[in-house]
Amino acid sequence: MIARDRLSKLASNLILLAIGVLFVLPLLWVLFASINRTAGLRVEFPTNPTLGNFKAVLNTDTTYRPVLNGIVLCGGAALLTMVCAVLAAYPLSRFKTRFNRPFLLTVLFCTGLPITAVMVPVYGLFVQLNLVDTIGGTIMFMATSALPFAIWLTKTFMDGVPISLEEAAWVDGAGNMRALWAIVLPLMWPGIAVVLIFTFIGMWGNFFVPFMLLLSPERLPASVSIFTFFGQYGEPNYGQLAAYSLIYTTPVLLLYLLLSRKLGGAFALGGAIKG
Amino acid sequence: MTTTVAPTTAAPAERSGRPRAANFLRMLPLSPAIGLMLVFLAGPIIYCLYAAFTNMALTGTGAADVKFVGLDNFRKAFGSGAFTNAIWLTLVFTLISAIIGQNTLGLGLALLMRKSTKLVRNFVGTSVIGAWVLPEVVAAYLLSAFFNDEGTLNVMLHAVGLPGQDWLYAAPIIAVSLANIWRGTAFSMLVYSAALSEIPKEIEESAEMDGAGGWRRLLFVTLPMITRAIMTNLMLITLQTLSVFGLIYAMTRGGPGTKSQTLPLYMYEQAFSFSQIGYGTAIALVMLAIGAVFSLIYLRGLNSEAA
Repeated sequence: MIARDRLSKLASNLILLAIGVLFVLPLLWVLFASINRTAGLRVEFPTNPTLGNFKAVLNTDTTYRPVLNGIVLCGGAALLTMVCAVLAAYPLSRFKTRFNRPFLLTVLFCTGLPITAVMVPVYGLFVQLNLVDTIGGTIMFMATSALPFAIWLTKTFMDGVPISLEEAAWVDGAGNMRALWAIVLPLMWPGIAVVLIFTFIGMWGNFFVPFMLLLSPERLPASVSIFTFFGQYGEPNYGQLAAYSLIYTTPVLLLYLLLSRKLGGAFALGGAIKG
Repeated sequence: MTTTVAPTTAAPAERSGRPRAANFLRMLPLSPAIGLMLVFLAGPIIYCLYAAFTNMALTGTGAADVKFVGLDNFRKAFGSGAFTNAIWLTLVFTLISAIIGQNTLGLGLALLMRKSTKLVRNFVGTSVIGAWVLPEVVAAYLLSAFFNDEGTLNVMLHAVGLPGQDWLYAAPIIAVSLANIWRGTAFSMLVYSAALSEIPKEIEESAEMDGAGGWRRLLFVTLPMITRAIMTNLMLITLQTLSVFGLIYAMTRGGPGTKSQTLPLYMYEQAFSFSQIGYGTAIALVMLAIGAVFSLIYLRGLNSEAA
């Protein structure tokens, strides 16, 4: 019995290791190529490592401005999403009315709709409203597309805060918004952080929305400007592309680490999604 | 945005004499969310319903004079080889990468991780999640390099004596499907890990006592206990995969030819490269309909589970 257990444990470990290696190989490429003077397309350990690729891309046009644009765009949209989601989640979580269930089902239904499909009419709408190539318009659309899921998650987290705490505050004469601000939010900040960071990470990687709604090179975020590496000059410089990819990825990696270390992040999310 | 927020002094309804007005006040905080979703989500969908039946275009006759053309756009779509090709490729892409790939691999990883040593578990978990956290376009470039003629995959194949090829050219839909598995498996893995961790240990132990072997235990005890998670996960990743654009666009641009042109890429090409907004919107409507059908099945599943 014990021998069989040990065998199955060994087999599990070996299979997992094999899959893990397959997942790691493409990641190794970006690490090695970024410090390789003559990076090609295969994973190869740089014999003569250099920071030249990073130096070459660290300038306003290639890196600083796109990253800053991304922070303004995704940060603004994530904050807007969060404010609207918290406000919406409060009545949904606290008051039982006939309106709640249909609204929540609509929200859940919306999380399933492919946002990609809406992009053609959204572009038309943006032309009508004169919003094409504006940061504000793009922020509002990105926030809206993240809202259904954010409302759903925030409500799930808010349901975890016992309502009895607010009842005391209501008796003391506090209004709903005051109770939300002073009692509910402080008790659910890990949940808020999970939704906020998760929303931001999703937007940071989003390519299609800014690609469609923004035109001027000086407004493009990093997710779109990465295309400039494949200009009209033939073969891209893979070393610089890798270095830029790493710089562009760093913020979400840091946020993700924060999420998983401090908050049990993705696992909490997995639990919340389960329904 | 914040000007529409409910007044902070709104009295609790228990002490208000008019329940209807009180209810309205209570629901007021919903208004920013509803406003945004009406303008930027419901608006475009309703616009879809209109534009899909017109000959709207960015250039030519449809630009100056927008006319109703009835079902012409849909007739054109379902009669066109390029559209049926896109539908077919979308189905293949969704089936291989989401339903078979991400789902099965995610479940397998979650099951195996319960039996592995902590070090291996951390290594695999980190690398799978690492692929998930990467921005879409970066992931696309990493995998383009991996599948390229001179890329890592071929180096590995040559090492064991197998012939290599330019995968993005020879089997583009397989390559982008594998790319989507690489990128998306983490989600399924997390959902299943969370679900499995909630199965009480005693249930599996007692099944083991009764002499149920590994596979039987998995089939008749473990899997039935996480049915709900399986259904939820399948639905979410299917919908997610249906609308993948950036990954495929950055890897192959739908090519070579139309060999990896799924519905979102076909829609984009028709609406913007060829300026056929009306026709592009009709395709968007088909995509929305597919998404809506899946969403409804999902909601129905969740509802009947809850009841």
